[in-house]
Amino acid sequence: MRHIISLLLENESGALSRVSGLFSARGYNIESLTVAPTDDPSLSRMTIVTSGSEQIIEQITKQLNKLIDVVRLIDLTPHRHIEREMMLVKVKVTDNTGREEAKRLTDIFRGNIVDVSQETYVIELTGHGSKLDSFLEALQGFPVMEVVRSGVMGIARGEVALHL
Amino acid sequence: MSETPAKSAAITGAEIFVRCLQEEGVEVVFGYPGGAVLHIYDALYRQDKIAHILVRHEQGAIHAAEGYAKSSDRCGVALVTSGPGATNAVTGIADAYMDSVPLVVFSGQVPTHLIGNDAFQEVDTVGITRPCVKHNFLVKDVKDLATTIKKAFYVATSGRPGPVLVDIPKDVTAQTAVFEYPKQIKMRSYNPTTRGHSGQIRKALELILSAKKPMLYTGGGVILGRASEALTEFTRKLGYPITNTLMGLGGYPASDRQFVGMLGMHGTYEANMGMHHADVLIAIGVRFDDRVTGNIEKFCPYAKIVHIDVDPASISKNVKVDIPIVGQVEPILREMVREMDNMPDQPDQDTLAGWWRQIEEWRAKDCLKYDRSSPIIKPQYVVQKLWELTGGDAFVTSDVGQHQMWAAQFYGFDKPNRWINSGGLGTMGVGLPFAMGAQFAHPDATVTCVTGEASIQMCIQELSTCLQYHLPIKILNLNNRYLGMVRQWQEFFYQGRYAMSYMDALPDFVKLAESYGHVGMRIEEPGDVEGAIREALALKDRLVFMDFITDQTENVYPMIPAGAGQNEMILL
Ligand SMILES: Cc1cc2nc3c(=O)[nH]c(=O)nc-3n(C[C@H](O)[C@H](O)[C@H](O)COP(=O)(O)OP(=O)(O)OC[C@H]3O[C@@H](n4cnc5c(N)ncnc54)[C@H](O)[C@@H]3O)c2cc1C
Ligand SMILES: Cc1ncc(C[n+]2csc(CCOP(=O)(O)OP(=O)(O)O)c2C)c(N)n1
Ligand SMILES: [Mg+2]
Repeated sequence: MRHIISLLLENESGALSRVSGLFSARGYNIESLTVAPTDDPSLSRMTIVTSGSEQIIEQITKQLNKLIDVVRLIDLTPHRHIEREMMLVKVKVTDNTGREEAKRLTDIFRGNIVDVSQETYVIELTGHGSKLDSFLEALQGFPVMEVVRSGVMGIARGEVALHL
Repeated sequence: MSETPAKSAAITGAEIFVRCLQEEGVEVVFGYPGGAVLHIYDALYRQDKIAHILVRHEQGAIHAAEGYAKSSDRCGVALVTSGPGATNAVTGIADAYMDSVPLVVFSGQVPTHLIGNDAFQEVDTVGITRPCVKHNFLVKDVKDLATTIKKAFYVATSGRPGPVLVDIPKDVTAQTAVFEYPKQIKMRSYNPTTRGHSGQIRKALELILSAKKPMLYTGGGVILGRASEALTEFTRKLGYPITNTLMGLGGYPASDRQFVGMLGMHGTYEANMGMHHADVLIAIGVRFDDRVTGNIEKFCPYAKIVHIDVDPASISKNVKVDIPIVGQVEPILREMVREMDNMPDQPDQDTLAGWWRQIEEWRAKDCLKYDRSSPIIKPQYVVQKLWELTGGDAFVTSDVGQHQMWAAQFYGFDKPNRWINSGGLGTMGVGLPFAMGAQFAHPDATVTCVTGEASIQMCIQELSTCLQYHLPIKILNLNNRYLGMVRQWQEFFYQGRYAMSYMDALPDFVKLAESYGHVGMRIEEPGDVEGAIREALALKDRLVFMDFITDQTENVYPMIPAGAGQNEMILL
């Protein structure tokens, strides 16, 4: 089953490789991993999307917790939570119909066109991973030049929170 | 460092390093110098509280520090230079990691401004060792040095112990800072559990006391957690049979009737059959290693399992357990002993007697029997004689192979920390440096090393260290001219195709020992075994290398072949 795990870790060089090294050394799946410093500069927040049997997920959370640099951890999966991913897509738009169609699709998906050149648009889109997938599907008629996805971030709804 | 600097005066990183070790009460450092650690060596030279032991290879330094730690309740400390010094140390560090040995390893590093430049003798030591340390640090600022060292000792010795590496760039050892050693350290990201959850303890006790066919399965955690006394009290009070893993030997007295021997691949018939038929398994400081469980699908099919372990990740890793208790073994067992009398149900003595009758039937198979009338020296006989002649009270290290199993099976350990071997990584070459470490921890004790002619050659250079520091270790080389353990597998599972398992071109070990300044003996007749060991033990201040020419065809029994269940042993 797919799980989304959030962690707070010491914002120290090497902390990221301890986490990624753990996944490769123990053969755990890793679908995406995002990380950035938090409002407290001594901490980074990481979101990992992984999959495995219940027993493997249990081991993953235990092994992550065991890393000295991991301060707190939450498996968001059993909680009501929000998942967001950001995507930037560069598409080729050579004529007016293309430009209009791209604009229309972007609006439908509540995206933004953030860069325009003679023959290209860069579209920015945020949402659940499946929404981003659908958007790419909808864009199938266009020559897509580049796709950048941020990987998933997550946060629990309501009172549940991951903090010190 | 003859005068103590005033409190506020700045001192060099190298001096800070020495002061930190002194604050930690470190008495012995095993190491080998090189460019990146020259400032540190200079600071060590100018003090006299810490003894530095010069090994002959960095692998030997780490293993010696392990032997020191495993045979005592102290943390092992080693010091190596950058690049090749650090890479030579990796095998030892990985060994310590697998067996949870408390160790702090210091490595020199190229100066900070050269890091990443492929500088002379630069390797990414922190990167190379990351998967085989409990934690590691790169110190980039002399101001962080003392706190980092404090953290290193704290992490290495608390919770589930393990090796911690501190990588120190050369310029950091030259820069100066005011020395201040934190009395205590708190890490927000590291808080190992000590006391077990009382509710879980009661639940576990209920199950334990209701057992009809109980089995205690205890391991390295009992030794590491200094809990053998508590375990002995707990076990005696219950009257249940107890088995130890290879790493747990000595945690419960082997000479006691309740002890049914080691379990696992080369464990006893009674221990493995007891495991297979148990209805309640009480697992204490063990990690359900595959050498113990055999085929996981067939492991303890009838048992409900209680597991006490300080590391939550050890619990339900390989085998799903019913009642986990996270915490230190010692306080948990003490609490269990206290609580036991207050429990409503107590073990049914008639049922227990029936279970014991069954176990005694298994024990009567005498699964460790061997041909005692053989005209060729049997390796088991040598270990048995060693046990007799040392009163079962020596420190015994071993290397890896058949001789290791025979040492484990035939030297009955009644006390913890006496048996020092490599279980998790199974590192050939550990025996001699382990013995060095044990001898430094116990200068007046009898320290012996049971080895094989192949393993001993992997760290043979340390014979020179032994001469320099007058270490009167007794080496018993069970010389079968084979990579015996490999040969046994080839005999059983590869129809006797002995690929690369014959040890050709062996040195004359007697001359070899003599050339290193030690005493060498060659023993070829069973009748000479006892006399030789006696003579060697009497040479109190000399290292003696006993080369026993043993039966080449001897195999280790019993054996659970790979993929089989614990009740499917090959017996002699
Ligand atoms: C050639 C060869 C053959 C082998 N054959 C066998 C065999 O037949 N039988 C056998 O048993 N082994 C055998 N081994 C060894 C095997 O590979 C494992 O090393 C061993 O079984 C592990 O022992 P253990 O379960 O006691 O765990 P250890 O590796 O000693 O781990 C200790 C456990 O206790 C926990 N712990 C540590 N400190 C504490 C504390 N203070 N409080 C609570 N918990 C704590 C740790 O978290 C860990 O889970 C063999 C090895 C070799 C090289
Ligand atoms: C460093 C290392 N290399 C290889 C092995 C694989 N191995 C395990 S036992 C063994 C043979 C050991 O031979 P010896 O020391 O003579 O002991 P014996 O089995 O003959 O008693 C080998 C090669 C190992 N455990 N460690
Ligand atoms: Mg051999």
